[in-house]
Amino acid sequence: MAEETRKNNPNAVEDISMYKKQSQFVQAWDRLRKNKVAIAGLVILVILILGGIFAEQLAPYGYDDQDVMRRFTAPCREFPFGTDNLGRCIYSRILYGARISLLIGFVATGMGAVAGTILGAFAGYYGSKTDNIIMRFCDVLQAIPSLLLAIAIAAALGSGLFNMMLAISIGAIPRYARTVRASILTVKDQEFIEAAHAIGASDARIILKHIFPNCLAPIIVQVTLGVAGSIINAASLSFIGLGVQAPTAEWGSMLSAGRQYVRDYWFVVMFPGLAIMTTILSLNLFGDGLRDALDPKLK
Amino acid sequence: MEKFLDIRDLNVEFKSDRGTVKAVNHVSFHINKGETIGLVGETGAGKTTTALSIMKLVPGPHGKIKSGEVLFEGEDLLKKSEKDMRKIRGGKISMIFQDPMTSLNPVVTVGDQIAEVIKLHNEKKSRQEMKEKAKQMLELVGIPASRYGDYPHQFSGGMKQRVVIAIALACNPELLIADEPTTALDVTIQAQVLELMAKLKKELNTSMILITHDLGVVAGECDHVAIMYAGEIVEYGSLKDIYKETKHPYTIGLFRSIPNVDKKDTRLIPIPGLMPDPANLPKGCYFAPRCQNKLPECDTCHPETLEVSPGHFVKCLRVQKEVESHG
Amino acid sequence: MLKYTLKRLLMMIPVLLGVSFVVFLLMYISPGDPAKMILGEMAEAQEVEALRESLGLNNGFWERFFTYMKDIVLYGDLGISYTTREPVFTEVMERFPVTLRLASSGVLVALLIGVPCGIIAATRQYSIFDHVATVLSLLGNSMPAFWMGILLILVFSVQLGLLPSSGYSSAEYMILPALTLGTSSAAVIMRMTRSSMLEVIRQDYIRTARSKGQRESIVIYFHALKNALIPVITAVGLQFGMLLGGSILTETIFSIPGIGKLMVDSIKSRNYPVVQGGVLILAVVFSFVNLGVDLLYAFVDPRIKSQYKGAKKNRKAAEEEQEEDEEDLEEEV
Repeated sequence: MAEETRKNNPNAVEDISMYKKQSQFVQAWDRLRKNKVAIAGLVILVILILGGIFAEQLAPYGYDDQDVMRRFTAPCREFPFGTDNLGRCIYSRILYGARISLLIGFVATGMGAVAGTILGAFAGYYGSKTDNIIMRFCDVLQAIPSLLLAIAIAAALGSGLFNMMLAISIGAIPRYARTVRASILTVKDQEFIEAAHAIGASDARIILKHIFPNCLAPIIVQVTLGVAGSIINAASLSFIGLGVQAPTAEWGSMLSAGRQYVRDYWFVVMFPGLAIMTTILSLNLFGDGLRDALDPKLK
Repeated sequence: MEKFLDIRDLNVEFKSDRGTVKAVNHVSFHINKGETIGLVGETGAGKTTTALSIMKLVPGPHGKIKSGEVLFEGEDLLKKSEKDMRKIRGGKISMIFQDPMTSLNPVVTVGDQIAEVIKLHNEKKSRQEMKEKAKQMLELVGIPASRYGDYPHQFSGGMKQRVVIAIALACNPELLIADEPTTALDVTIQAQVLELMAKLKKELNTSMILITHDLGVVAGECDHVAIMYAGEIVEYGSLKDIYKETKHPYTIGLFRSIPNVDKKDTRLIPIPGLMPDPANLPKGCYFAPRCQNKLPECDTCHPETLEVSPGHFVKCLRVQKEVESHG
Repeated sequence: MLKYTLKRLLMMIPVLLGVSFVVFLLMYISPGDPAKMILGEMAEAQEVEALRESLGLNNGFWERFFTYMKDIVLYGDLGISYTTREPVFTEVMERFPVTLRLASSGVLVALLIGVPCGIIAATRQYSIFDHVATVLSLLGNSMPAFWMGILLILVFSVQLGLLPSSGYSSAEYMILPALTLGTSSAAVIMRMTRSSMLEVIRQDYIRTARSKGQRESIVIYFHALKNALIPVITAVGLQFGMLLGGSILTETIFSIPGIGKLMVDSIKSRNYPVVQGGVLILAVVFSFVNLGVDLLYAFVDPRIKSQYKGAKKNRKAAEEEQEEDEEDLEEEV
């Protein structure tokens, strides 16, 4: 059947591949939709993102509205999560913190993923020397545990939002590079790539049009799970004083600042901690579901 | 003659997402001492499940033996405790599995894997004696005893199957179940392995259930044959009954789909269609949707087993009618 | 095996050289003049200049890197701490045993919780234990070490008053930190063990073992476990890196005088050589742990062992398996 269609209609090949590409993600979405746990993760994640985006509208107070007279107010109607040592509304700060944490998480992961994908594509596609250099570079980065690397870089660059994202993203590069390289190596020698070479397609075109779409699924999964790691690393950096500076609301620094009052005022640390945990949990649930959906054979 | 193993009305089910899969339905057959019976059928006909039921190794928690009896030396194995079954498995009854590449534990030496079964069924033997016996078994299946300490990945497929056979025969079983022992092997190796099994079987006077989809192998090895289709035995009889007095349309179809060297001009006639979904079996005869010789009632009425001649059983409405009309 | 170990040690050299370069580069771009930092803000310009000269700070980048490497290799010299003016190496190594003890307790906690729970969850798939363990591992995996530490202090020190929340003097001081550090790794190892066990239990050789009449406990704890542990070992190796990172946070929370606490204190005082020296030493430790994991691998998996030996008997088969293993590894990474 397919043979005949191809012979009669040269465009059919294109059509079939379009259909396949689409159906891969449609099928994945169908599988994902049935996974209640993953959808729960996605819903929580979307709520958190909306909370971060509309922090101004949703938060009853600004993130730095200090009032020492009302410090350490226990959770009540006016301050659902209580107030901190400077009398700031913890609920409002958590909303603003969602913005920072998710921003860092997604941007840092995104930067790492883009850099890693490009490096991995070069390594996998060109092989030999290029491959060797890039992979040894990855070996070096992976020889340093990711949080340590982020600390070392952040310490050198100094604190600040962008430096922090940069510090976190560099440690994330190797795993994207390796993922992409591995998928390219499996795709590279298949016949449709040879066919593309044969009709004189440029390297860039082959990588972007033919190879990249085939590596997309593993990258998407890595990114989703990677965001969770980036958020933890960001909060960790803030916790030890290398991240976002006061008075910016950030969950890690809220925990760090509240830590010394934990004996008397549990809510100072409880809510920022729960916020981080919920975010990571939702990302992990969604990421796991996405992996199962995109790559059923791994299940 | 004494019925050595007698399986009566065995039913096995698997629970799956799509509902209950009836893997084995009302299977009954028996084996006499020293005999070989061939279980023939397509993949998924329930041959392996039948064999695993005898060992009570139907994979849980989804699989379950629903009803039936497996009488071994007069005792129902299905009523035995797990502890008693352990004594029988590998001792009196042992099994050779289909895929030698995956049947051996990759991180244990082949010698130790043979010695393990010896140890389990000969408590009195010393370590040294067990090791000696395992080495003897290796030699018996044609592998130098010096390879006792090698790991499975250092062996080829045929050699691995020899090791599996050595494990199965190490405790002189009275019944050997061989589940497609040669399917995964090269043709030349197949012959060697079959010859080896036949030789060892004769030496030890072992009864054997040979599971295969290769009618040629059956002709060479078996005394009786049971043809399985969709979890049922559709035809059962002596080798001669099955090969010369073929009755069931499915068996006839199987023979037609084997190339015959003598008659060059005959074309192979494949059986059209696929085996029915075991979770959703047809109401009438399970073979009816593929049968080219069916009667109208075949779609609605499930055939009973009929003894067409002494020891030759068939499950087919058309055959039943013909026998009745001949009186 | 010895040959392989030596080969691996040789291969570690370029990686560690690369790590040193990264660390040096980061120190190079760190803000502030080291000479001024050492002498303090009040120092005379002349004094500063003299110290710059003697520390070689006026030399070019590559010359400084070369000197830095020479000092490390020949004298184990990682520079001078700005605050104490002690060699960084001495300062870091003084704290090393504490961190090592903490990290090993963390690994121990992770293994003691993760592996047994994973096995039980797999052998009783879909049971209540399995569901509870799966939920707990999801939660544990979502707990950053610092949050876990604060929660444990809140419960066991503040509410129940059972365990001390800070300091480092006796074994009971290690309980909460070890739990803090080990929990998220325990979660990862449990999931890994569970899925690996489930995979292995389905294998034909498990059926073979049962068909021999072997008792179920030996089928699971010998035949299955020995195979299932192979990927778990990789996971443990990767987790050790996480643990080294986590120990920095844990030491901060519980005021344990290890390398991590030293590094965090140094960050606050802008004492960069100590921070980078700590990173370098922990990276070296991590590299050795990874080497150890790979050697352990060979110990458990004879297929890998014969690769290491370069066995000629079945080189082709071994190569195929190696390729598979590499793919597996890449998937996991």
